[in-house]
Amino acid sequence: MLQIDRWKRVLIIGICLLGLLFALPNAFYKRVEAHNDAVAQIEATGVETPELVAARDAWPSWMPSNLVNLGLDLRGGAHLLGEVQVEQVYKSRMDSMWPELRTALAAERETIGAIRRVQSPDGVLALDIGNADQMARAVEIARGFSEPVTTLSGAGQQSLAISTQGARLTIQLSEAEKAVTDDRTIQQSLEIIRRRVDEVGTREPTIMRQGEDRILIQVPGIGSAAELKELIGTTAQLTFNPVVGTTGDASATAALGQFIAPAVDQQGLYYIMEDTPVVTGEDLVDALTASDENGLPSVNFRFNPSGARAFGKYTSENIGQPFAIVLDNEVISAPVIRSAITTGSGQISGSMGFDEANRLSVLLRAGALPAELTFLEERTVGPELGQDSIDAGKIASGVGFAAVIALMVLSYGRFGVFATVALGCNMLLLFAVLSIIGATLTLPGIAGIVLTIGMAVDANVLVFERIREELKTARGPARAIQTGYEKAMSAIVDANITTLIVAGILFVLGSGPVKGFAVTLTIGIVTSVFTALYVTRLITVMWFERARPKQIEV
Amino acid sequence: MAFRLKLVPDETKIDFFRWQKGTFGLSALLLVLSVVLLLVNGLNFGIDFRGGTTIRTESTQEVDVAEYRAALQPLDLGDVAITEVFDPSFDDDQNVAMVRISAQDGVEAVTPELIASVEEALQVYDSSITFPSVESVGPKVSGELVNTAIYSVLAALAAISVYIWLRFEWQFAVGAIVSLFHDVLLTMGLFALLQIRFDLTTIAALLTIVGYSINDTVVVFDRLRENLMKFKKTPLRDLMNLSVNETLSRTIMTSGTTLVALIALLVLGGDVIRGFVFAITFGILVGTYSSIYVAKNFVLWLGVRRDWGKPDPNDPTAKPRKPVSPFEGAEEG
Repeated sequence: MLQIDRWKRVLIIGICLLGLLFALPNAFYKRVEAHNDAVAQIEATGVETPELVAARDAWPSWMPSNLVNLGLDLRGGAHLLGEVQVEQVYKSRMDSMWPELRTALAAERETIGAIRRVQSPDGVLALDIGNADQMARAVEIARGFSEPVTTLSGAGQQSLAISTQGARLTIQLSEAEKAVTDDRTIQQSLEIIRRRVDEVGTREPTIMRQGEDRILIQVPGIGSAAELKELIGTTAQLTFNPVVGTTGDASATAALGQFIAPAVDQQGLYYIMEDTPVVTGEDLVDALTASDENGLPSVNFRFNPSGARAFGKYTSENIGQPFAIVLDNEVISAPVIRSAITTGSGQISGSMGFDEANRLSVLLRAGALPAELTFLEERTVGPELGQDSIDAGKIASGVGFAAVIALMVLSYGRFGVFATVALGCNMLLLFAVLSIIGATLTLPGIAGIVLTIGMAVDANVLVFERIREELKTARGPARAIQTGYEKAMSAIVDANITTLIVAGILFVLGSGPVKGFAVTLTIGIVTSVFTALYVTRLITVMWFERARPKQIEV
Repeated sequence: MAFRLKLVPDETKIDFFRWQKGTFGLSALLLVLSVVLLLVNGLNFGIDFRGGTTIRTESTQEVDVAEYRAALQPLDLGDVAITEVFDPSFDDDQNVAMVRISAQDGVEAVTPELIASVEEALQVYDSSITFPSVESVGPKVSGELVNTAIYSVLAALAAISVYIWLRFEWQFAVGAIVSLFHDVLLTMGLFALLQIRFDLTTIAALLTIVGYSINDTVVVFDRLRENLMKFKKTPLRDLMNLSVNETLSRTIMTSGTTLVALIALLVLGGDVIRGFVFAITFGILVGTYSSIYVAKNFVLWLGVRRDWGKPDPNDPTAKPRKPVSPFEGAEEG
């Protein structure tokens, strides 16, 4: 009657042992973490220092070394949710197209007449042409700048949307091109943020896209969100622009094709510059912190060949003219060109400290963000607060666990002990699964574990109560146990599926800590049903086979 | 006979409908009270839902809320709430407070300057002060979070009712949903009464309550389904009493184990998640009550078809139904 096949027994015990094996690294968290770091570092650098080797050998390499990730609320660190201002890219695309378009249109001046760029919203290029009746020709020229967009859905679409009204020609990016551009902007931003965060060498940052145009950044171990923001919040848009003039009037408006930016080191001084840069930060290949001739901190940089060529050409043609080094709309310096600079390297110096110079060189090395990031959400948790939460969670789980065991053993005697063993297996499996899938444990996640401890015994309780009832009809203990399990089954399944539904919804709709809670709850439900139905049952059967009791008491 | 702790005697024959009017009245009263509290007091929304900044301060000096307020006064931040936090796990010289600043008008994103200026102002007053956690949510995100929260609660309720409807009958689904609304609303009412901070984790707690309460309800329903097949002639009301009595010991036991674990967390788990745990603890008490007194009372009130096996008298074309598993709606089609 009470039979479990041998292979099933082996399987059940095997799963529990695997659970033990994979949960074990978490018991030696610091040591395993040091081991993992050491392995990663040796692999990355190829250098084996005695400290690294010692850290690596502190945990045997044949053992699993997956750990449960600790969420920011437990480990401490910063969380930022930024929104990429994707529209800014539309503007820079239009602005960079303008000089070439102007040249192309000017070449046909005889037919279409004089052209004039007029004020328009950002991202839209509006022109008036002299001979309105020759508009078709102008459109044709503009169309030459348009390319087919390659998307999955919008095949055959053009990258530019060109419309006309009288003598007015309006050009902007088409919707399909905007979608493609947005996607590329986000991807670039992600990549650059990743590089910047990696430059400062923090552990396991999470940098991912969220929704349409948002980026979620979580960096454990960083002091504050403000610090993180300084690093990734700056676009680091470096350009070298020809200077047209200076002004002391902050509210002065620039002529078309020009812009005004303040000087960093001189209050009240504003430079008027041409919109189209000579060279941009994209042409930089390297940037290093150094000292200038006065021993002040500076940043040395080098251009790639095409950047060097453009810069060399411009400087040789404009000797005696000033040009401006502009970083994020501020003029860092505006030296006068003394001679042609063809070496392709240069120096930015000005009033900055070494920290600032360092950060600037990191930013320049990592590249500029294609568009500005605005921050919608930020959270910082100090490491001490996280540690306090972990400690409190450990104590609470321990006490909760002990209280549940006491209740179970007092209520069900021997069977309560069986359920306790199963509860232990449940915890091992829960941690093993969390480690293997690399789930993140958050503070609400700890609450989820404690809740699982309380609720995990539910399936056992259902079975035990059923066995008690079946014993009353006195058809022998073996029979009672058998039917107890069978009849409790439907209640266990229905009750747990409904809870799983809730956990699933929490997972899909939640974020951060709530998601962590949903994960532990979901895994907890699955492992607790497994342990209640298989582990407890196996223990009961094994005991029954050895003891062969004439009557049992639940 | 070895000793056994019996939270519930072996055989109970409690008539759970005896105080039907009383329990129904109590539930109705509490529900009305909750709605009134929600309307009058309102919920104490955290920054997740209304935007703004919370700063947790920690200092070796005693927290003086009035002094903190005075220190922040010159910054002109609008609505500032300062509360001192107490917890048994704190050291003697660990004084913690929460400063909440509401979202600044017309600011989409979070301004680091604001946070820096608040931290500076507090540091001037108390040099030992540190800021273990700082959280800011912009109004754009908080608006979306509100929607997410509402959708998730509604989605959970809908998904559960569909599942119960498939596995049982529609009357059971209605009963379950009524009892879930009851639990969620009472918990929210308590949050309005005590003005506990209501944020995203509270929503997670509400959903957990929904999950737990439905779990409890389903166990009773499952037994009722079984008894309906076993005793064809017994009145529904008696069968319900029988089912609840039979499962009472399990209901109390599971609630008991869950509650002891939660109370451990409530007392020892630290103040950061206390609101969350408190909501779940309260919800489990209410959920246990509602699965005994609310859910099945609604099913009784709606009635259940019991003439399976006979053709439906109102439908002469109907084929005779098999007497087995009358509630397996999915099988029977």
